[in-house]
Amino acid sequence: MRLVKNLGYALGLPVLLILLWWGYTLVSSNFYVPEPGEFVTTFADVWFGERFFDDVLPSIGRLLAGLVLSILLGVVAGLVIGSVRWLRSLLEPVLEFFRAIPPPVLVPVLMLLIGVNDQMKVVVIVLGSVWPVLLNTIEGVRSVDPVMTETARSYGIDGWSRFVHLVIPAAGPQMMAGIRQALSIGLILMVISEMFASSSGLGFTIVQFQRSFAIPEMWSGIAVLGLIGVVLSFVFQRVERKVLAWYRGLKEVENAG
Amino acid sequence: MQAETGSSAVGGHGGADRPATDRPATDRSAAGAEGAAKDRDKDRDKDVLLSVRGLQKIYSSEHGDVEAVRNLTFDLRRGELACLVGPSGSGKTTLLKCISGLMAPTSGEVLLGGRRVTGPPKDMAVVFQEYGRSLFPWMTVRENVELPLKNAKLPRNERKRLADEALAAVDLPHADKKYPWQLSGGMQQRVAIARAVAYQPKILLMDEPFAAVDAQTRADLEDLIRDVWHRMGVTVLFVTHDIDESVYLGERVIILSSSPTVVQEDLRIDLPDERDQLTTRGLPRFTELRGHVYEEIQRAKREAGTRV
Repeated sequence: MRLVKNLGYALGLPVLLILLWWGYTLVSSNFYVPEPGEFVTTFADVWFGERFFDDVLPSIGRLLAGLVLSILLGVVAGLVIGSVRWLRSLLEPVLEFFRAIPPPVLVPVLMLLIGVNDQMKVVVIVLGSVWPVLLNTIEGVRSVDPVMTETARSYGIDGWSRFVHLVIPAAGPQMMAGIRQALSIGLILMVISEMFASSSGLGFTIVQFQRSFAIPEMWSGIAVLGLIGVVLSFVFQRVERKVLAWYRGLKEVENAG
Repeated sequence: MQAETGSSAVGGHGGADRPATDRPATDRSAAGAEGAAKDRDKDRDKDVLLSVRGLQKIYSSEHGDVEAVRNLTFDLRRGELACLVGPSGSGKTTLLKCISGLMAPTSGEVLLGGRRVTGPPKDMAVVFQEYGRSLFPWMTVRENVELPLKNAKLPRNERKRLADEALAAVDLPHADKKYPWQLSGGMQQRVAIARAVAYQPKILLMDEPFAAVDAQTRADLEDLIRDVWHRMGVTVLFVTHDIDESVYLGERVIILSSSPTVVQEDLRIDLPDERDQLTTRGLPRFTELRGHVYEEIQRAKREAGTRV
């Protein structure tokens, strides 16, 4: 019974939107808005075949590589920078500067420096996604409760042990918030990295369809992007629920009290 | 404001009630202090576990220096339960941080078992007032209690035994799989006490541990501390602002003056060792001692008023 209710909430609005869309195509015909039926057949034709292996999987692969690198880099550097006060003061202005640069403008430069290949595309994704992870981790490390820090010190918990048992878990909620932002930035940059001088990938394919006025095909590509985003966020939520179970519990208690 | 406190007679008051031998040698030069202290250590009473000598702490800030603790000297014998009581803002927490090695004093020294404290010592445990922020919320009660033991590389079964014993001692044997935030405030502070007890320290420092729990829980926790102290034979230094609590708990009450702090009086509590919330607090001697401590605190506050 509860499953049905939850499913109703999850699917209710999408179904309604599709119905509205269908109704719209009944009363008026617009070249740029395909009918739902046509859209579904196009979707299947375009993506359930070679394109899935030639364009979709490589794009997802680069996206995941970029995200994993961003998370590793952001968390490790964030832990170090957050823990060393002078390093933080030294680096923070510089980090803010680099973070402010929109990665798309770097694509031509990177093409010259690295070449037109997978590495370049992964670097573009990392250059955008690493910042929220890095800056949030720094902030999380910095805001570890002083009483907890003193408790750890008084019991001689220092060095590696301090990181594992105190700093990383305490900064966990902030880190996860950063990673959540990194996911959506990564998806955007995955598309952008494939728009210049590329010959395959989701972004490239969608642009191709646009230029050749293959409108239903173009929409189906956009839908694939949306679906990737949904799956990413679903997986993320699952992980977060597991890793930060204590945090949710703590917040619930605090809000109730 | 307080930084301007002049050279009034506070120090003199502090010395009035104390035996002369316990006073620090105020005339010794800073250079000779180290050597003199070492010589003294050798022939000092073996019974003394904690020794605070001429402790001073000055906080430097943009708005000038603030002298939180001026000159504190006292000894704690092995197995003693002493309460430190003083008016609010008398630098009790500062003192405790210096003793626990979390903060370096501006001058003077703290000796634990004859050795100078420069960082958190191994055989000391601290229980903080903010239990909710002292326990790690991502760990279960058992994990919290076992963490210092794990860090000290104790084998698994030894950790488990010590944690079980400690949790039983604080009357929480069945809460080990819960998270701290699932427990009431009083229970959380019990967990923090269990963590300290399981660590098997020689000395237990407590910084107003019951200030944030309700009155009934507080009475239970006071008896718990007496009980743990009896059973473990640990030395306890209990900081509080509550006069009743200090008299009820301690064998001895050290009364601090207002900031900049000195020891105003060192009072022996000659109540029977077996204490009970109802009968002990009903004793005429209890009322007398409480009245005395109260007057001393009032005096400390008045003197603070004249000094500022």
